[in-house]
Amino acid sequence: MDFNFTDEQTMVRDSLTRMVRENYDTDTRRAAIGSDSGWRPEVWAQLAELGLLGMPFSEEDGGFGGGAVDSMIVMEEFGKGLVVEPFVPTVVCAGGFLKHAGTAAQKEEHIGGIVDGSRIFAFAYAEPRGRFDYADLETTAKKDGGGYVLNGHKAVVIGAPWATHLVVTARTSGGQRDSDGISVFVVDKSSAGVVTRDYPTVDGRRASEVYFENVAVPAEALIGEEGKALPLIEVVTDEAIAAQCAEVCGAMKVAHAMTVDYSRQRKQFGVPIGSFQVLQHRMVDMYTEYEQSVSMTYLATLKLGESEVERKLAVSAAKVRIGQAAHHIGQEAIQIHGGMGMTDELAIGHYFKRLTVFDAEFGNVDHHMKRHVALASG
Amino acid sequence: MNLEFTPEELAFRDEVRSFIAENYPKDLSSGGMRDDMSPEELTAWHKILGKKGWSTPAWPEQYGGTGWTPTQRYIWSEENARVNAIMPLPFGVSMVGPVIYTFGSEEQKQQHLPGIRSGDVWWCQGYSEPGAGSDLASLTTTAVRDGDHYVINGQKTWTTLAQHADWGFFLCRTDPDAAKPQEGISFILIDMNTPGIEVKPIKLIDGGYEVNETWLTDVRVPVENLVGEENKGWTYAKFLLAHERSGIAGVARSKRGVEQLRDIAKSEQLDGKPLMSDFDFARKVSQLEIDLSALEITELRTLAGEQAGKGPGPESSILKIKGTEIQQRLTELTLEAVGHYGTPYYAGMSDMGSNEYPIGPDYAQHSAATYFNMRKTSIYGGSNEIQRNIITKMILGL
Ligand SMILES: Cc1cc2nc3c(=O)[nH]c(=O)nc-3n(C[C@H](O)[C@H](O)[C@H](O)COP(=O)(O)OP(=O)(O)OC[C@H]3O[C@@H](n4cnc5c(N)ncnc54)[C@H](O)[C@@H]3O)c2cc1C
Ligand SMILES: Cc1cc2nc3c(=O)[nH]c(=O)nc-3n(C[C@H](O)[C@H](O)[C@H](O)COP(=O)(O)OP(=O)(O)OC[C@H]3O[C@@H](n4cnc5c(N)ncnc54)[C@H](O)[C@@H]3O)c2cc1C
Repeated sequence: MDFNFTDEQTMVRDSLTRMVRENYDTDTRRAAIGSDSGWRPEVWAQLAELGLLGMPFSEEDGGFGGGAVDSMIVMEEFGKGLVVEPFVPTVVCAGGFLKHAGTAAQKEEHIGGIVDGSRIFAFAYAEPRGRFDYADLETTAKKDGGGYVLNGHKAVVIGAPWATHLVVTARTSGGQRDSDGISVFVVDKSSAGVVTRDYPTVDGRRASEVYFENVAVPAEALIGEEGKALPLIEVVTDEAIAAQCAEVCGAMKVAHAMTVDYSRQRKQFGVPIGSFQVLQHRMVDMYTEYEQSVSMTYLATLKLGESEVERKLAVSAAKVRIGQAAHHIGQEAIQIHGGMGMTDELAIGHYFKRLTVFDAEFGNVDHHMKRHVALASG
Repeated sequence: MNLEFTPEELAFRDEVRSFIAENYPKDLSSGGMRDDMSPEELTAWHKILGKKGWSTPAWPEQYGGTGWTPTQRYIWSEENARVNAIMPLPFGVSMVGPVIYTFGSEEQKQQHLPGIRSGDVWWCQGYSEPGAGSDLASLTTTAVRDGDHYVINGQKTWTTLAQHADWGFFLCRTDPDAAKPQEGISFILIDMNTPGIEVKPIKLIDGGYEVNETWLTDVRVPVENLVGEENKGWTYAKFLLAHERSGIAGVARSKRGVEQLRDIAKSEQLDGKPLMSDFDFARKVSQLEIDLSALEITELRTLAGEQAGKGPGPESSILKIKGTEIQQRLTELTLEAVGHYGTPYYAGMSDMGSNEYPIGPDYAQHSAATYFNMRKTSIYGGSNEIQRNIITKMILGL
């Protein structure tokens, strides 16, 4: 057993801590997310320069040969600063599809651009009616000559306003919700027929509704085997969940620290409110939730490479536990900050909002509880 | 003991229901408060009720109350909640009004009660200060006697909707040398148009602006605006807080919220079936409903006690704690029900020029903002921790 990071990992973390501190103080972040574009391409370029965008790719694909633990380290630091840059959609999701199922030509075409920061992806999987079921798809991809024609509507596609490309799930055959007949495509966002409506999200990111109106893509746009993509989607989204669990751990850590700090400074009845035992115990509970969440993040991350069942059990367990912890810690942090916690001015509210939104991404507590129950009893 | 309505009560319910159906402004009927509502919209129903004599049902009849029994008042709030009516704001009707008719001078009653009833005068509450929140008694805003005026200096904060207020009721320190912090505080009515008052909105986490910082610099207020006795303001403030708390339970509104939640969960899909038919989700809704009925009967018992002459006492803290917890869980479940469409920030879209048509279903649009906003309910009106401290002392005797 070994819970230590390598020297290299520690170095990456330290330089990231610095980078996040320099770019992500509350005021700078507020200005960035409030700007027209809602993000800072120069920060993205800096991430590319630090080598982070190429980290999980093998060296032969043009990357740096890192793994899930490296993504975990990166994401935890991102969570501490509430970084909005689209690392998960681009590097973890699109990168994951390419890594696991891309042809040599596809890797050649896309990975270089991801690594140098010029190609940015969003992952268009959710639909207005499908809730958290990746197989519940109304978007279709019909064979047409050598290629496919896409039609459909994808909901709340995170990072899409910044993306140059989209990874899209679509039904190539079968009935709605069949696990067979699902395929994954890479689509250039500037293709004819791709229509987007961009908007901000409550946690300070940007997203789009993406409409595909007879979008023609070549055969090479298909990633993996036609109609057989569901297990692949599950692998990639489980990796994304593990990464976001790490992010949320970072955010919870800061939210907790801010709360403890505030309770030391804020005086009422002539004493710091942190001297009230009822608040102390609640901050202890928050801390316990945070520590358990770190453990679950390790579990999920380390099990990503295991058998399908083991992986899914661990990832769902983490998503359930951390989804609950994120709600708990977010709500308690606001409560202990009192009226100040309700203000947009204080950073704590922004952490609360990120902790809230996490639950609905890639399946909420109930969804993953069901997946866990089904696997554990099946 | 009996929970059924009598025939008279049923007749009353029909009367109320048809009055609301005929008179509630149609353009407000989509209902529910939004933070972009104008003062006119917020007071439209209040003004109609004022004319009918129904805006202050809980007041004694001599001051314009209705003489309704607790059950009738309960029916009244239920019927309003059914249409999501925008009820009179509490600051005049359930806070300062009762203080004025209980402790105020004859002149104050004549000057202020009619405007509260009619909805023509907008009130705000100037209690909290940056350094005095839960520890309200440590407030430092001073009122110094100068001839027939008080000269008031200090800073208030969290003053809800003060940006529209005509009048405010303020707690000010009139005797800085009093032995205990609770002594030496006075309850003063201030015309918000008096020179020296500056109101600055605070942006909250849901993106709205419902509270303000309020600065008072050499504000001259006639001594007639003192309510009751000088230095006895704490007594009136506590009286008011107990009234404020019972309103906070919001049972009728939460019941309506549960119905709306069920409707949402019927139209959201899970595995091709309505979310509402999912046991995990349905169980949470039922749990909420069960807790809500416990609160409802508890509130009715409290109301009945009041009718029998007991003022709202420390039991109102139970209503505050449970009522706000339920409101918060309700908004949390609603956000959960809408799935992905809780994520778009709707208030931010108008800035981006993309508000031509809504994103996602209508019911999803305010779900996140409402959830964020409702975190306030366990903080304001005496935080839930302070309510528990009150129960500890007043009921458990610890
Ligand atoms: C089954 C069992 C086996 C045991 N075995 C052993 C044994 O082998 N050897 C041995 O020496 N002892 C043993 N104990 C004793 C045990 O350690 C004590 O019961 C324990 O320390 C609590 O003390 P108490 O029972 O006097 O409760 P109290 O100290 O009177 O506490 C009562 C309640 O007050 C709370 N409380 C007390 N102080 C505080 C505070 N400062 N802040 C907040 N809350 C507080 C406690 O948490 C508890 O809820 C055993 C007890 C049990 C029940
Ligand atoms: C949206 C909103 C609207 C409001 N509207 C008004 C208004 O119109 N007029 C007005 O005057 N005020 C208003 N308030 C202010 C409100 O009454 C105060 O926020 C509240 O009293 C808490 O004070 P505080 O914010 O200073 O928190 P603090 O008193 O600093 O409390 C911070 C935390 O410490 C806890 N705490 C404090 N003391 C104790 C203790 N002894 N034991 C245990 N825990 C404790 C609190 O419960 C809280 O969790 C409003 C507040 C909000 C958020």
